[in-house]
Amino acid sequence: MARLRAGDEIAHVITWAFAASVFVITCLLLYELWSACALPRHKFGLAFLVTSTWDPVFEHFGALPFIYGTLVTSALALLIAVPLGVGAAIFLAELAPPRIADALSFVIELLAAVPSVIYGLIGVFVLVPILRKYVEPALKGVFGYLPLFKGPAVGVGFLAAGVVLAVMIVPFILSISREVLLSVPVDQREAALALGATKWEATWKVVVPYARTGIMGSIFLALARALGETMAVTMVIGNDPKISASLFAPGYSIAAVIANEFTEATSDLYVQSLIELGLVLFLVTIVINALARILILTTAGRGTAH
Amino acid sequence: MTTPTRNRLAITLTFCLILIAGLLSRPEPSSPAPAAPADRLQINAAGATFPYPIYSKWFDEYHKLHPDLEINYQDIGSGGGIRQLQSGTVDFGASDMPLTDQLLGQFKDKPLHFPTVMGAVVPTYNIPGVSAELKFTQKALAQIFMGKITKWNDPQITGPNPGVKLPGDDIVVVHRSDGSGTTFIWTDFLSKADPDWKAKVGSNTSVNWPVGLGGKSNEGVSGLVQQTPDSIGYVELIYALQNHLGFGLVQNKAGAFLKASLAGVTAAAAAITMPADFRVSITDAPGKNAYPISSFTYLLIPSTISDGAKRTAITGFLHWMLTDGQKYTEALSYAPLPKEVVAKEMKQIPDIK
Repeated sequence: MARLRAGDEIAHVITWAFAASVFVITCLLLYELWSACALPRHKFGLAFLVTSTWDPVFEHFGALPFIYGTLVTSALALLIAVPLGVGAAIFLAELAPPRIADALSFVIELLAAVPSVIYGLIGVFVLVPILRKYVEPALKGVFGYLPLFKGPAVGVGFLAAGVVLAVMIVPFILSISREVLLSVPVDQREAALALGATKWEATWKVVVPYARTGIMGSIFLALARALGETMAVTMVIGNDPKISASLFAPGYSIAAVIANEFTEATSDLYVQSLIELGLVLFLVTIVINALARILILTTAGRGTAH
Repeated sequence: MTTPTRNRLAITLTFCLILIAGLLSRPEPSSPAPAAPADRLQINAAGATFPYPIYSKWFDEYHKLHPDLEINYQDIGSGGGIRQLQSGTVDFGASDMPLTDQLLGQFKDKPLHFPTVMGAVVPTYNIPGVSAELKFTQKALAQIFMGKITKWNDPQITGPNPGVKLPGDDIVVVHRSDGSGTTFIWTDFLSKADPDWKAKVGSNTSVNWPVGLGGKSNEGVSGLVQQTPDSIGYVELIYALQNHLGFGLVQNKAGAFLKASLAGVTAAAAAITMPADFRVSITDAPGKNAYPISSFTYLLIPSTISDGAKRTAITGFLHWMLTDGQKYTEALSYAPLPKEVVAKEMKQIPDIK
């Protein structure tokens, strides 16, 4: 007995310490970023967050266009990827014959393993010309009166970045959502069917709500990936720190500008401003995740089996 | 609370404290390179990416001549090279642009500049239906990149190009998105071409571009230009030559329209009056044959090297690089140094104490 209790104690302590270390690492990261950008914090203060000039020659630095670009491309990616990923997951988990579903999920998980630079290359050489020649003129023709679809169609820009990101995050949403849907107990389905629900009603009104927390989790994981994606975004976003309402216009994201400019930055203020951008990205991610948690907490329970 | 729980809490807290202490204590700065065998001297260097092919060739050839000496070069970018030299993590650095007075002031031990090879930047464009090699005045290039000239049939572009039918389409400007020595050379040239550019944009490895799309690296820029109708961008001469890209002619100080070539770059370097510390811009150099968008790239050598063996090795390498080493440059499409510059650099080697 005593031996077993000691084993429990040790396991408890070790796992507790591992869990705590995640928290400690997060705090250290925040502390290091904070202390490594003292110069721009004192020079620009909060104006750093709302200024839209990024001028390495005259050393005026503002993060707003980068924050805007990061948020817009990620939102666009979610807008495309969520219906696609969740819809496909429902099909694979509930409707498709198991053999086909297994084969398809294998292919989709392969997609998640493709390096982002490959997505960037496909974006540059395949997606961008298609957007420029066909998609953007068509959107302009139909919705041209909206500010979202104004301006010259050059291919690279927010739209291209959003589409590439969407393709990159679909596998995350799809494979996690499918696992979650598959883990919904069979008696839930059987109960719904026994009450006279059609197959679709059982899926949409019982299984999906039961799995909702897990599906939301997959979406936030995908969002986190979209916010931090660097290589594929920088290859197709146009890399121009401007804020434009049009999705056709070139923009810039936080991760992309850090990767692009860090190696050749020489002056202290310049380097530290790039580090402060890193801090901003960190905070943006935390805020968005916190908002997402709150969203789940406030909506959880309504119509779900939890 | 029962005793076992309290014990457990105490153990856990102690564990965490140890963990935090371990994470917070900074390790002593140690040499980044793995320990070399005792009879082998290792020298670490870091910096510019543009001259990396010729540097790795040189360090490799020099290692064949001196098997007991190994020079490791990491092409982490000029900015990184300068920072590492400043903190003393490398024995020498490399940069595509000369250090500014402000940067030099941050060094306790002022590094010496040794020009090694030269690079040049060329305008490349894609106008459907136009296959002719366009001639650009300096002012026109600056105004295009400023966003002041917006159509291809602007008189400032058509003027020097009689007989070429240019469309009235909007110009799409493409520039580098990553910090780069290429951008420094290009913007340094534009600053001389147009006072307006100098006042509003200036020159650096990255600038606040008035207009345009950003492409990552030479490949990114040339890819965007080739794909986007009516676009213009700039790439390194070496990249354009190796990939057989078409590029335009640029007017030099003497008024001649010149297609960039290695000879034109060397002519620009020979035409300039070289200051004692080699920190000089050779864009817009005088002389009929001087290509106006050229630049040196530099090794930054500390002026005092306390380790005698390293000092001998580095000065020995510099001597070899300026003499025998120069014969490797043209095979890799770098413009070799003019004789006058080599002679002057030789005189600077003994300044390394």
